[in-house]
Amino acid sequence: MGRPVQYNTNERQLTIPEGYSGEGFMATKMDQLVGLGRSHSLWPLPFATSCCGIEFMGTMGSNYDLGRFGAERMGFTPRQCDVLLVAGTISKKLAPVLRQVYLQMAEPRWVVAIGACASSGGIFDSYSVLQGIDQVIPVDVYVPGCPPRPEGIIEGILRVQDLVRAESTRRRNHPRYKELMESYGIE
Amino acid sequence: MTNEYIQQVLSDQFGASVWGFEESFGIFSFNMKPEINMQVLQFLYEDAGLAFQFLTDITAVHYPDRKDEELCVVYHIHNLVANKRIRIRASVPLAQPDIATATTLFSSANWMERETFDFFGVNFIGHPNLVRILNVDEMNYFPMRKEFPMEDPTRTDKDDEMFGR
Ligand code: SF4
Repeated sequence: MGRPVQYNTNERQLTIPEGYSGEGFMATKMDQLVGLGRSHSLWPLPFATSCCGIEFMGTMGSNYDLGRFGAERMGFTPRQCDVLLVAGTISKKLAPVLRQVYLQMAEPRWVVAIGACASSGGIFDSYSVLQGIDQVIPVDVYVPGCPPRPEGIIEGILRVQDLVRAESTRRRNHPRYKELMESYGIE
Repeated sequence: MTNEYIQQVLSDQFGASVWGFEESFGIFSFNMKPEINMQVLQFLYEDAGLAFQFLTDITAVHYPDRKDEELCVVYHIHNLVANKRIRIRASVPLAQPDIATATTLFSSANWMERETFDFFGVNFIGHPNLVRILNVDEMNYFPMRKEFPMEDPTRTDKDDEMFGR
């Protein structure tokens, strides 16, 4: 008889950055090391406004436990946080507030749009709702679903971690990044 | 307090300026001329036998087909002692949607009238601060009027095939 308790056999190994290693040492690029470190200590800022926010609470709770991925500590001040998690419907009146929160975050910063509403306006195709937060701030990862399952939100965070790992520490000085920011009228 | 009593008192006082007495959805309602809206509300407030002293709601309805009385402003008032509610309607033309403010009688009318202005563009004359309350300040139309589409006009990614637009 099988064991009643299932456990996950798809273990995720920590990805070791490329480099030269030998007995007791390892040489790699600073960027990759920093990226590795950052990706496992993301500080999320939840910007939860509606039903997706409820799903996000489930994601943070003990069943799904986002803390396993190093994003344990929710910060409720944008100045401390790295990832802005926008979960829920953003009305047009809230858009300047969201933008202000984004502006207060220090570089490097990433944004996840959780759910159909944050990504595109979702079912609220109406005069009062912002049709996707990418109209006011740049978005790195979109999580589809109405609402997304907690697994989906975790997958979104994992995609952010991939971005963080692959990112050069100088990306923010890149002309294309500056161009993107200018297209949003930021800085 | 019966509906007949209210109808009798109001008809005696205001004559043909109030009409269309009926009970619909369990609430006694009637029409009044928009020019005398404050006299009627004041009378209902002060008359000892009526004493409708609580304003539950002010809103409006847009009837595009009714010529010169497209916007119907609706008042819900409540007599808390007798627990009796009534509904009063006053129709104003879309071209000039003017009606006197109820803030002189009910302070609570302030935000309700701002909301009605915000969504329908009813111009409450004498209101202390008639500006938008719920929508963004930059909005330049009145979204609940039927000539404006519900959908966000700036949205381009939804095509007819998938979203029926
Ligand atoms: S995407 Fe769906 S579940 Fe999420 S906030 Fe919008 S309506 Fe709610």
